[in-house]
Amino acid sequence: MSATGAADPGASAAPPGPVNPGGAKRRLTSSLLVLVPLALAILFPLVESGNQGNMSIAVFALIFMASVSAWNIFSGYSGYLALGHAVFFGTGAYTIALIGTDWHVPAGWALMALVPVCGVVAGLVAIPVGMVALRTRRHTFVVVTIGVFFIFQTLATNLAFTGGTSGVQVPFVSWSFSVFNQRFYYVALVIVVATVALSWAVRRSRFGLQLMAIRDDEERARGMGVRTARVKLAAFVLSAIPVGMAGGLWAYFLGSVYPTSAFDPLFDIALALMGFFGGIGTISGPLIGALLLESLQQYFTQKFSANGLYLIVYGSLFLVVILLMPRGIVPSGAQWLRSWRAQRAEGSSNPTAGAGVAEVTR
Amino acid sequence: MSFDGLIEAIIDGVLTGGVYALMAAGLSLIFGVMDIINIAQGAMVVLAAYLSYVLSVHLGIDLFVGLLITAPAMFALGVLLEWGFMRRLREGDRTAMSILVTYAFAIIIEGVLTKIFSTDYRELSAPYLNDSIHMLNFYLPVIYLLGFAMAAILLGGLYLLFFRTKFGRGLRASLQNRTAADLIGINVNRTRMLAIGIGVAVTACGGMVYGATVAFNPNSGYDLISRLLAIVILGGMGSIGGAMVSAVALLVLADVVAIAWSPVWSILVFYAAILLVLSLRPNGLFGARAVRAQ
Repeated sequence: MSATGAADPGASAAPPGPVNPGGAKRRLTSSLLVLVPLALAILFPLVESGNQGNMSIAVFALIFMASVSAWNIFSGYSGYLALGHAVFFGTGAYTIALIGTDWHVPAGWALMALVPVCGVVAGLVAIPVGMVALRTRRHTFVVVTIGVFFIFQTLATNLAFTGGTSGVQVPFVSWSFSVFNQRFYYVALVIVVATVALSWAVRRSRFGLQLMAIRDDEERARGMGVRTARVKLAAFVLSAIPVGMAGGLWAYFLGSVYPTSAFDPLFDIALALMGFFGGIGTISGPLIGALLLESLQQYFTQKFSANGLYLIVYGSLFLVVILLMPRGIVPSGAQWLRSWRAQRAEGSSNPTAGAGVAEVTR
Repeated sequence: MSFDGLIEAIIDGVLTGGVYALMAAGLSLIFGVMDIINIAQGAMVVLAAYLSYVLSVHLGIDLFVGLLITAPAMFALGVLLEWGFMRRLREGDRTAMSILVTYAFAIIIEGVLTKIFSTDYRELSAPYLNDSIHMLNFYLPVIYLLGFAMAAILLGGLYLLFFRTKFGRGLRASLQNRTAADLIGINVNRTRMLAIGIGVAVTACGGMVYGATVAFNPNSGYDLISRLLAIVILGGMGSIGGAMVSAVALLVLADVVAIAWSPVWSILVFYAAILLVLSLRPNGLFGARAVRAQ
C-alpha cells in the first residue's frame, strides 16, 4: 500500500518557490474545482426534484461519499487497510433506531438531530476496537478488522436489545413524498462537506504528515519521534465518526435496520473498492469513486432488483481496478494530464515544467 | 449439562474438527508458503459443495466418486487465481492486496451461485449419509468418520508434498528469495501456480463433506471464512498439523459452549480466538516463521 498514494494531485497543486507565474491562475483553477461541483451538488435536487428514483440514488451516493472519504482519512493516509468500517456504519444505524424507538423521539427534524450522536457513539466504539486492532500491522491488521466486524454482526443478531434478526424499525417520518428525498439529500450533503473539510484539514496538518510518514515507513516515523500508536488511533477514531453519522442517516432514510444490512460485509469491501477506484490517499478520489460506483449499484438494484448479477459486476470491477489501475482514476488521470502538459511545454522549450513532472511523478 | 452430553459434544467436536481442518488446509498452506490470504476460501468451499450437488443430483454420480471431477475443476480455479491475479500484484504489499483480490473473487462466486441456484438452502444426499455406527452409548455418523479419515490422509499427503519433496523445497525457496530460486533453476511462477492449485483442489474435498453434513446456500461462505480464519490463525498460518489441532480444539470448545450456554454464541469462540491470538502473538501459536524453517 505504501506507494499507492505517493504521487497525488493534492500535494503537487502548489509547488513551493517564490517564482511561480502560474500561481494565481492555479489558485483560481483549484477554487473552481471545489466550487463548481459544490454548486452542482446544491442545485441537483432543484433540477431532479421530479424524479424520486434519481433523488434516492443521489442520497445513497452521498452517504457512501461521506463514508469512503472518512475511511480514507485512516486507510488512505496511514496505509493501514481497514476492512471493518461496517462496524461503525452499523453502530450508527442501530444508535438512531434504538434511541429513536426507546426514547420515543418524534420523527422529523428531532430524530435528524440524533445523526451527530450516531457519529459520537461510533467514535466511542472505535476507541477499544482501534486499541485492539492497531496492536497488529499490515495483513494481520486486515484480518483483525474482518474478525471484529463479524463479532459485531453476531452481537447485533443475538443480543436482546437489538431485536435480533427481525431488526428495529426507525420511527416513520411523515414528510410528504416531494420533500422527503430532498431533505435527506441536503443533510447527507452537509455530512459529505464536513467530512471532506476534515479530510482536507488532516491532510494539510502536521497530524496528516505524521500519518503519511507512518504509511511510508512506520519504523522510521517512530525513530523520528512520531508517536505512532497515538496518531494511528486518533486517525482511526476520526475516520469512524463520519461513517457512524452516515450509518445513522442511512437507517433513518430506509426506515428499518437489520443485523445483516447494517453490518454488511459488502459495505466493508465497498469502501475499499470505491477508495481504490477513485484513488486512495487523495481528497477527490474517494468522492469520485463513491459517486460513480454507488450510483451504478443503486441503478442496478432499481433496474434488475437484487439477484446475483450486481455481485458479479461489483467483484469483476474490483478485480479490473486493482489490476489495471491500482492507484485509482484520480492519480492516474492527474499523471496523464501532467505528462500531456509536459509534452506541450517541451514543444515551446520550457525546462522548468519538465523538471516539475520529474519531481511529482517520482 | 450432563456428563454424557459433554462427552457427546466433545466427540462431535473432534469429528467436525476433521471436516474443518480439511476446509482450512488450503487456506493455511497458501498463506504459509506464499503469503497470500485467501478470503475466498469460504466461498470456494461452498462452490465445491454446489459442484458436488450438481454432479450427484443431475448426473447421479456418487459424492466421493464426484471428487475425481470436482477436485481437478477446483485445481483449475486455483491456477486461474494465481495466473490471472496473484502474480500480477506488486511484491511489497502483496499480502494485503491478495485479501482484496480474493474478497472480490468471493463476491463473484457468491453472485454466480446466487444467479444459478437462488439463495434457497440445499443439501447433498447419498444413501450412507444418515448411517451411523453405534459405539458404547454414542452414535457416530458415518459421513463424519469418512470425512475425518479423508482429512487425515489428505493432510498427511500435503505435509509430505510441501515439506518433504523437491517440489516443496523449491516452493519454499522461491518464497524466501525469489531471485536466488530463479538462479538455481526453479520455475517460480509454475511452482506457485501448482501450489495454489493443489491448495484449492483439497478444498473440493472439504466442500463435499461440508455439503454432506450441513445445509448451505451461496451466503454460507461468509460464516465459513471467519471460522476458517480463526482455525488457521490459531494453528499458525502455514502449519498443516496446527490447522488440524486447532480445528479440533475450536470445534470441541464451540460445541461445549453450544450445549452449556447457547448455540448462537458458539461462533464467538472463533472470533475470540482470532482476537486473542493476533493481539497477543501476531504470528499465531506456531507462527509461519517457525514453519518455514522446517
